[in-house]
Amino acid sequence: MEFMDQIFVNLKSTVLTLAGGFLPPWAVILLCAAISLGVIAVIGPVTMMYLTLIERKVLARMQNRIGPNRTGPWGLLQPLADGIKMLTKEDIVPKNADRIVHLVAPILIVIPALLVFAVIPFGKNMIPADLSVGVLYFLSISSTTTIAIFSASWASRNKYSLLGGMRAVAQMISYEIPMVLSVVPILLVTQSLSTGAIVRAQGAYGGWGWFVFTPWGFAAFITFFLCAVAECNRSPFDLPEAESEIVAGFHTEYSGMKFALFYMAEFMNAFTLSALAATLFLGGWQGPWLPSWAWFFIKTYALIFIMLWFRGTLPRFRVDQMMNLAWKFLLPLSLINILVAGFWHFANPPLAIGGSIAMLWASGWIFTRLNRDYTPEKRTYLFGE
Amino acid sequence: MFFGSGVIKGMLVTLKAFAASYFRGPDKGGIFTVQYPEQRLAEKENFRNFPFLVYDKTPDNLRCVACDICAKECPPKCITIVREFDKDNKPLKRPAVFSIDHTVCMNCGICEEACPFDAIFMDHNFEIASTDRQGDLLLQKEALLKSNDYFNKIRPTDASAIDAKRAEAEAKKKAAEQAAAAKAAAAAAAPKLAAAAADKPAVPTEPPKTV
Repeated sequence: MEFMDQIFVNLKSTVLTLAGGFLPPWAVILLCAAISLGVIAVIGPVTMMYLTLIERKVLARMQNRIGPNRTGPWGLLQPLADGIKMLTKEDIVPKNADRIVHLVAPILIVIPALLVFAVIPFGKNMIPADLSVGVLYFLSISSTTTIAIFSASWASRNKYSLLGGMRAVAQMISYEIPMVLSVVPILLVTQSLSTGAIVRAQGAYGGWGWFVFTPWGFAAFITFFLCAVAECNRSPFDLPEAESEIVAGFHTEYSGMKFALFYMAEFMNAFTLSALAATLFLGGWQGPWLPSWAWFFIKTYALIFIMLWFRGTLPRFRVDQMMNLAWKFLLPLSLINILVAGFWHFANPPLAIGGSIAMLWASGWIFTRLNRDYTPEKRTYLFGE
Repeated sequence: MFFGSGVIKGMLVTLKAFAASYFRGPDKGGIFTVQYPEQRLAEKENFRNFPFLVYDKTPDNLRCVACDICAKECPPKCITIVREFDKDNKPLKRPAVFSIDHTVCMNCGICEEACPFDAIFMDHNFEIASTDRQGDLLLQKEALLKSNDYFNKIRPTDASAIDAKRAEAEAKKKAAEQAAAAKAAAAAAAPKLAAAAADKPAVPTEPPKTV
């Protein structure tokens, strides 16, 4: 058990020990970083490739289809075939496009998506860089995606692209706020911004002390997860690339590998945001019986499945509905949630449980009441009849 | 009914479909896809497309007499027939050239209805995709010829009815020939053996056999 749990950690330290035999110390440090970087650089794109396959399979099953099954067993070679197709496609740049920005934007969007892998705790002792400001680093780096999306839409010199870009900026900035505020209770309780420390704080009751089992943790998890779905532009929040309204939104004018980079960033963001949600609320690698990294991937892929499940079920929001959800429901709820977390921390257990559930329920009820659209009992037709 | 219950209801529908696709049969909400080249649905007998020519027993023995009716009736004019001539330039009752252009044929089945000799019928062959337009889609006589057994296999109801009709016609023809022969024989024998012929006919008249 312990062996399986630490197998990757031990593998890396063995390699480093062997290298230390004939390399100077500074080279060993570089090698240590290079191994972590190499693993991330492989895991990121491979995750993205197979997420496309998983998404197509899951969506197909939800729609009574089979999905890709011609390339290899269960269609396992489909991502490779797609990759070859993407690489061999013609790269088209519009005549009036800003060529430099048009080229840089897809690269710019992949960089933050890869950078945030650094603070994800993949397992016990398996965090590439346990920064003391891990969560802040994650949120700030991932929010720069907005700039890349907007520069892509601006550089395309296309009205659909620009509309998509405007929507993306509006949506991502709006959802950034409740997302950050929903993380605050966790930071208050654990008194740390480090992802490693947050996971370790959830190790009570033999690995079952997950924050999602507390009232404020549950509310924060729902808020965070909805915001995460909106942040990576996935259905039902896929307004920036709403194909029925604005062709393909900000990546209308992109083809071939540049388009694939947008796709890659979207899927890597989906993965990292699910991983962060699992880390913050579902106990990260904490859990009984299985190795820690297995628990981490189970939780992350369960959340990704929920994202795909959303996509298979829910129709796209209207722009005003999307904005209403962020500003009128999730933002006040996450603010109340900070109060509830403080109450939970300082009150006695029976009062804390009852009081926080009552507060959250009451505020949720009030917000849904206040957000209800005005629908008249009977329509009055001014010019009819 | 609380806020968001519609979303949950919808999510359960898709989850049910997801689970059913793995654990349920095609008639109970599971996947009903047929993996075509490997799995096939049973062909319906009434399915018809692209005509073929029927022959009895051997390919030389084709029913077509090159009457050109199907070629004239064909709405898109996809049938070409050229009659065969012997070395004395006398027309024969068989086609020298019989070709059907599958790129033009519209699968209407009028050739089958028009044919008075039960020679052309609609086939069940739908896998005609090809990269060679002239070679594989402009079918010549050799490619169009298929046996009566094949016809019986793909469309047993129609084929057996037509076989019975043809057998009856054949028997009627044979009986008529026999009757004519008997008459001729009787006429030839009448002056010489009138008394003997009166007792029993030269050829025994049997009831016509039905095959």
